[in-house]
Amino acid sequence: MSNEARKPPAQIALKLRRILGGKAGWNGVAVQLAFAAVLGWIAFEIVSNARANLANQHIAAGFGFLRNNAGFDVNQTLISYTGSDTFGRVFVVGLLNTLVVSIVGIFFATVIGFIIALCRLSPNWLLSRVGEIYVELIRNLPLLFQLLFWYLAVLAALPNPRQSISFFGISFLSNRGLVVPSPIGEPGMTAFLVVLGLGIVASFALRSYSRRALFQRGQVIRIWPFVLGLVIGLPLLTTLVFGLPFTFEFPQLKGFNFAGGSRIIPEFVALTVALSTYTAAFIAEIVRAGILSVHKGQMEAGASLGLSRGTTLRLVVIPQAMRVIVPPLTNQYLNLTKNSSLAVAIGYPDLVSVFAGTSLSQTGQAIEIIAMTMGVYLLISLVTSAIMNVYGWRINRSLGA
Amino acid sequence: MTDITASPYVRQDIVAERPAPVKTTGFVGLMRSRLFNSPTNILLTILGALLLWYTVIPSITFLFVDAVWTGKDRTACLPEKAGFVVGACWPYIQAKLPQLMYGFYPEAERWRVNLTFLLAAVLLVPMLIPRLPAKGLNSGLFFVAFPVVAFFLLRGGGITGFGVSWTAGLLQLVDDSVISAGQALLNLSKSSAIGPLLWIIGQFITVVGTAIQWLIFPLTWLRDMIQSSSQPVWGDFAVTAVIVTLLVFWLRGGLRTGWRALVPSIVTFIGIAIVIKLMALDKGGLPIVDTRLWGGLLVTLVVSVAGIVTSMPIGIALALGRRSTIPLIRLFSIAYIEFWRGVPLITVLFFATYMLPLFLPGNFTVDGLVRALIGIALFTGAYQAENIRGGLAAIPRGQGEAASALGLSWWKTTSLIVLPQALRHVIPNLVNSFISLFKDTSLVSIVALFDLLGSLRASFADPVWTTPSTAFTGFAFTGVIYFIFCFGISRYSLFVERRLNAHSRN
Repeated sequence: MSNEARKPPAQIALKLRRILGGKAGWNGVAVQLAFAAVLGWIAFEIVSNARANLANQHIAAGFGFLRNNAGFDVNQTLISYTGSDTFGRVFVVGLLNTLVVSIVGIFFATVIGFIIALCRLSPNWLLSRVGEIYVELIRNLPLLFQLLFWYLAVLAALPNPRQSISFFGISFLSNRGLVVPSPIGEPGMTAFLVVLGLGIVASFALRSYSRRALFQRGQVIRIWPFVLGLVIGLPLLTTLVFGLPFTFEFPQLKGFNFAGGSRIIPEFVALTVALSTYTAAFIAEIVRAGILSVHKGQMEAGASLGLSRGTTLRLVVIPQAMRVIVPPLTNQYLNLTKNSSLAVAIGYPDLVSVFAGTSLSQTGQAIEIIAMTMGVYLLISLVTSAIMNVYGWRINRSLGA
Repeated sequence: MTDITASPYVRQDIVAERPAPVKTTGFVGLMRSRLFNSPTNILLTILGALLLWYTVIPSITFLFVDAVWTGKDRTACLPEKAGFVVGACWPYIQAKLPQLMYGFYPEAERWRVNLTFLLAAVLLVPMLIPRLPAKGLNSGLFFVAFPVVAFFLLRGGGITGFGVSWTAGLLQLVDDSVISAGQALLNLSKSSAIGPLLWIIGQFITVVGTAIQWLIFPLTWLRDMIQSSSQPVWGDFAVTAVIVTLLVFWLRGGLRTGWRALVPSIVTFIGIAIVIKLMALDKGGLPIVDTRLWGGLLVTLVVSVAGIVTSMPIGIALALGRRSTIPLIRLFSIAYIEFWRGVPLITVLFFATYMLPLFLPGNFTVDGLVRALIGIALFTGAYQAENIRGGLAAIPRGQGEAASALGLSWWKTTSLIVLPQALRHVIPNLVNSFISLFKDTSLVSIVALFDLLGSLRASFADPVWTTPSTAFTGFAFTGVIYFIFCFGISRYSLFVERRLNAHSRN
């Protein structure tokens, strides 16, 4: 009888079992096989049925239709587009329209959301009640309801162009949409843009220099006058030298409609208003929760260090609140982008409306078109969540967790 | 001993009365402390008051003061005819109310809709009051029995068979498809590079299909016997009742546990028999109302309730799948959840309306409402899965480990120990996702179903009622309905949350 330590049992089989079947072991493998068989069977059914149905309807599967002529017009395009362009171009036009309404919506939603959050946090009783009423009212009504309300009730009730509401005589709101002055490039444009870009880059460099001075030597450098000079003063100076960078073409009432200027279609206005007011209610709640999540002691600690109230807010409270705010805020931005697909209800030419709507009914290529549309949204949300994962990882690392 | 009052540090005279402290409670206190306590605050108060003044007062004027209350058609609501600035046009709502509630549901059959609403209320109210007993029975009735009864009530129609016929039919359908899949693979193997492999798989699948065919032969034989008898429904019902009861009896432990195990099964079947008899389902049931005629609040409620009921099992399965250690199942669950959560509901509805019919056999048509329901169930299932996963993650590991230590299987651990606690944890989240589902049902109007919002939009097109204030009146009325539902449910969710967290409140 030997006292030698026994050799550890061979773990290869165990490890293999764990990898293949999880904790359930070989049972897990059996379950997976059965599951794969069911999935395979469903896939077979789908493919064979889809083939038979497409053959019945005489539709050729594949993405060849993207090179065919679309033959319909789109009433808002960022890139040049005519009815004789291809469905592929329709896809791009729709995608750009989706992106533009999302970006504008995100901007306004953030602004309104922060204002409402400040109202709700305000020590003023009346103002915080107003904020609360706004949030409750907006959150408890469907977005589509609000969208149709703005489009069918409010915008439709606006006067015709001849009696349009004028904003300082330069832009006009009527039931044909919002007419704004359109900028027209002049020779001084290039120099202006170059100098502006240089100014912005220089300001960032200045900021990083001053931060380093603050953190390494404790030296406070006031940079805002320089930044102001770089970003606003220098471009103005170039204007004096090279001439105006652009002039505005003002809209003029000619007959029954406006001539000149650029027209923002009412669908875009309705969609932007609905999306930004709706999302703002959710953003307001997120911001409020974020600011309330910072402990009161942080503010007091800042004050006891001799920092002013504004400095404490800027350097102590807001960075900590942002950690709580940013992930759900991104989620809301994503929601807004996805919700912009409601455009189809009022005929704003977004991706769903012109591609999954008009193009689908013209070509009948349901599978390809819906797969492409879903793919775009899926891609946007996967990319965003990937960025958020990186952000969360960095936050965790910086906290030393 | 000196007199203590003579000491220099003792006050000689009585302190004068101080003025009463500034009142900080009540309306006056509120004004002092939170409205007018500083110049900025006064400014903000004025700003808030102005905001309210320019929104609330015009709304009240529009809705009540300037409103027209009676009339036959649009002329009553025209400013030229009425002689004043017309606000809300309530006769329009009066005229369109049936459409907003029922859509084009035939007038003679509307009692069925009302009865369904009543049934739902009778089952739902006791479930929402925490003090009342028998939650298990109540939720069983609401989530399982009620949808079936509501289906036959709202749509009408009868049944031609029961459990045995349905099971046999379903199994035969699946088996036919399996055999045809095997045949397709065998055909493919003749022209493929990996022919032998495909041939083996095809042969295997065909053999399995044939084996299933032999296995279900007794069932199909029974079905054919029942269908050829004079009373197919009741014959089938009796056979199903006997088989299921015996199965339950045997699974519960047979004679060892005694006859009490039979009671629930027998009671259930008696209940089903009463329903079948009452609604005359065996004789064709109520007249069929096509779902294209449904509309208004009816569709909104049907879609949201059906969505929540069907998405729950999907959500639970996916949440368990995502936490499973079996690689393929976990991967599938993650992919499924991330996919549906990454796309907007509109595209899901487009998918369900235009793409789904292509995936089904050609002779198989699915009703438009059912298609939208399938889309919504798939979509909401993914969101419910994430809610439930949160609850599962909140259950301490010790619970599951203790259950395994007692020798419970995975199924028993999950269904008896982990899931009940997890679900209770996430009731507020589930209620919140019900609210968003309720709001999202308005999207079905885009795929040509007339829910509350769709009916409203359709009613705007009626030339009999086109006035400048029609749209505002319609939106005000529907908005109130939506708001009452959503706000009510959200308040209830807060109440449940407080009740659940009662132990951690200080």
